[in-house]
Amino acid sequence: MSDIILKTVGLYKQFGALSAVDHATIDFKQSEVHVIIGPNGAGKTTLINLLSGDLLPTGGTIHYKDQEITDLPPDQISLLGIGRSYQKTNIFPEFTCKENCWLAGQSRQGSSMKFFKAASRLKEVHVRAEKGLEMAGLTSQANTVASAMSYGEQRQLEIAMMLATEPDLLLLDEPLAGMGTEEATEVTKLIKKLSEDHTIILIEHDMDAVFAVADTLTVMVNGAVLETGTPEQIRASKAVQEAYLGDEDGDH
Amino acid sequence: MTQEKIMRFILIGFVAILAAGPLYLETYYTELFIHMMVLGIFAMSLDLLIGYTGLVSFGHAAFFGLAGYLLAIVTPETEPTAIWISLPVVLAGCAIAAAVIGWFSVRTSGIYFIMITLAFAQMFFYYFNENNDLGGSDGMFISNKPLVGWGDFQFLDLENTTSLYYLVFAGLLASYFLLRTILNAPFGQVIKGIKANEHRTKALGYNTQNYKLVVFIIAGTMAGFAGFLEAASSGIVSPGNLHWHHSGIVIMLVILGGMGTLYGAVFGAFILTLLQDKYTGMVELMPDFMSGMADHWHLFQGIFIILVVLLVPNGAVSLLAKISQALGKKEDAK
Ligand SMILES: Nc1ncnc2c1ncn2[C@@H]1O[C@H](COP(=O)(O)OP(=O)(O)OP(=O)(O)O)[C@@H](O)[C@H]1O
Ligand SMILES: [Mg+2]
Repeated sequence: MSDIILKTVGLYKQFGALSAVDHATIDFKQSEVHVIIGPNGAGKTTLINLLSGDLLPTGGTIHYKDQEITDLPPDQISLLGIGRSYQKTNIFPEFTCKENCWLAGQSRQGSSMKFFKAASRLKEVHVRAEKGLEMAGLTSQANTVASAMSYGEQRQLEIAMMLATEPDLLLLDEPLAGMGTEEATEVTKLIKKLSEDHTIILIEHDMDAVFAVADTLTVMVNGAVLETGTPEQIRASKAVQEAYLGDEDGDH
Repeated sequence: MTQEKIMRFILIGFVAILAAGPLYLETYYTELFIHMMVLGIFAMSLDLLIGYTGLVSFGHAAFFGLAGYLLAIVTPETEPTAIWISLPVVLAGCAIAAAVIGWFSVRTSGIYFIMITLAFAQMFFYYFNENNDLGGSDGMFISNKPLVGWGDFQFLDLENTTSLYYLVFAGLLASYFLLRTILNAPFGQVIKGIKANEHRTKALGYNTQNYKLVVFIIAGTMAGFAGFLEAASSGIVSPGNLHWHHSGIVIMLVILGGMGTLYGAVFGAFILTLLQDKYTGMVELMPDFMSGMADHWHLFQGIFIILVVLLVPNGAVSLLAKISQALGKKEDAK
């Protein structure tokens, strides 16, 4: 089916005896927000790491558009238009926000094996870096050194960097974790807005945010896919309620 | 004046002192300055790896020493070889060696990178140390200095210490500005990213291994340039130039001077050489009653280095930066 942009087939990842991702077969549809939920240690981050090339799978395959990307390294996957943000903040701490986004934006300039032209003269990179900062709400912090910012702001920077690479498919690993309520609301709005012209795979524990943005939900437990469906189907699913969501009233 | 302006002022002053060197220096010191400027180029090339890319190479002397041997090999005993020929040959040889060593080294990181660069450099050392065709442990003489000119026309006579001095001085400035340009270019942004967070740099779409290999080749080639100048000015090469001890010293120069500034590495080369010198060094500065301890000057040097590392952890340039900051504040207050 051509409206499937990314799919995994029997994907699994073994850490010693532990199956962190256990034969997951998932279709991700173009233009959708596909949210993956599951208890701590369910294997959600490991799944994202496999998709982004940060980890190599033990078995199974990953297909992006018409291409198999199972064994590609992270840099090549990034260049295909798959951007990701990390659950554990992964930025350049001693760079300013602008410099963080600069390096992200410069990666779309073709090869950076250029030795004699001043990087600051690359106008398109300025535009990309500034757009990333603006969308993530960090324009006023452009010249602040990343390590001097609050944890929540560093989380925003994480998103800004990803956006500066102008990806088509976004892999967001708990973007709201560690943010204040206000920041979280802003970022939820941003995800909603980005969903208009991006495909998004989102991991999130905040159920309000999840149900506000999700088109499709996948529930993972112990590395395996328990169920995939629309938010209504997942809410109604007995199996999911037992395994994860608890009773409806408790879902704050 | 801002802090930056004061810093630039200090640097320009330093360059001016160097530029006028032969006017006020006796021959002994002119030669010492040549040696220090060469070491400065060598140390800057290592700073590119340690201070900017975060790659601690413990085998950088391999390229420095290899360059000397290559110059000796392409210089016949009977006549000089034009620098237009010997320099490209030496640089190409060092670039190839750096490509080979780099190809293996950049696949590792941290302590393993240190070990593998060290192991390669020691292989080079033993090769030259035990090769009797190349003088074995005695090394080789380079009977003729490189010819800067065409045929009978000599543009610069390198037998003349002043000419040699200005050639090396020009080489120092050229190396500095070349590195500055590279660091400001897109390539420079990527290697700084590698130092700050290699994992994220890769995730953003850069094949970091390729960038590390290229920066290793650039640094190795520039170390070769320094080795070429050293061999050309001293007229002798020996396996000691490739020894790990020498690789360790140049790391020390970079750290003492201040990593990640380029000029810090040059200051480091000057400070350490002057401290070791028999006239300007520690031994001379010792009070009479301690003169019996002159043989132990290495001990004092060690103490000095420990003090610097403890008191000025970011190297000599951070001290300069602090001074200029203080001066800048005073000015602002006016
Ligand atoms: N590099 C690793 N080496 C060994 N075990 C790992 C590694 N990474 C993850 N694991 C294990 O795999 C399991 C899945 O971890 P993962 O981080 O994918 O869970 P998660 O669903 O993202 O959890 P959370 O909601 O807490 O972020 C856990 O038991 C974890 O301890
Ligand atoms: Mg996780």
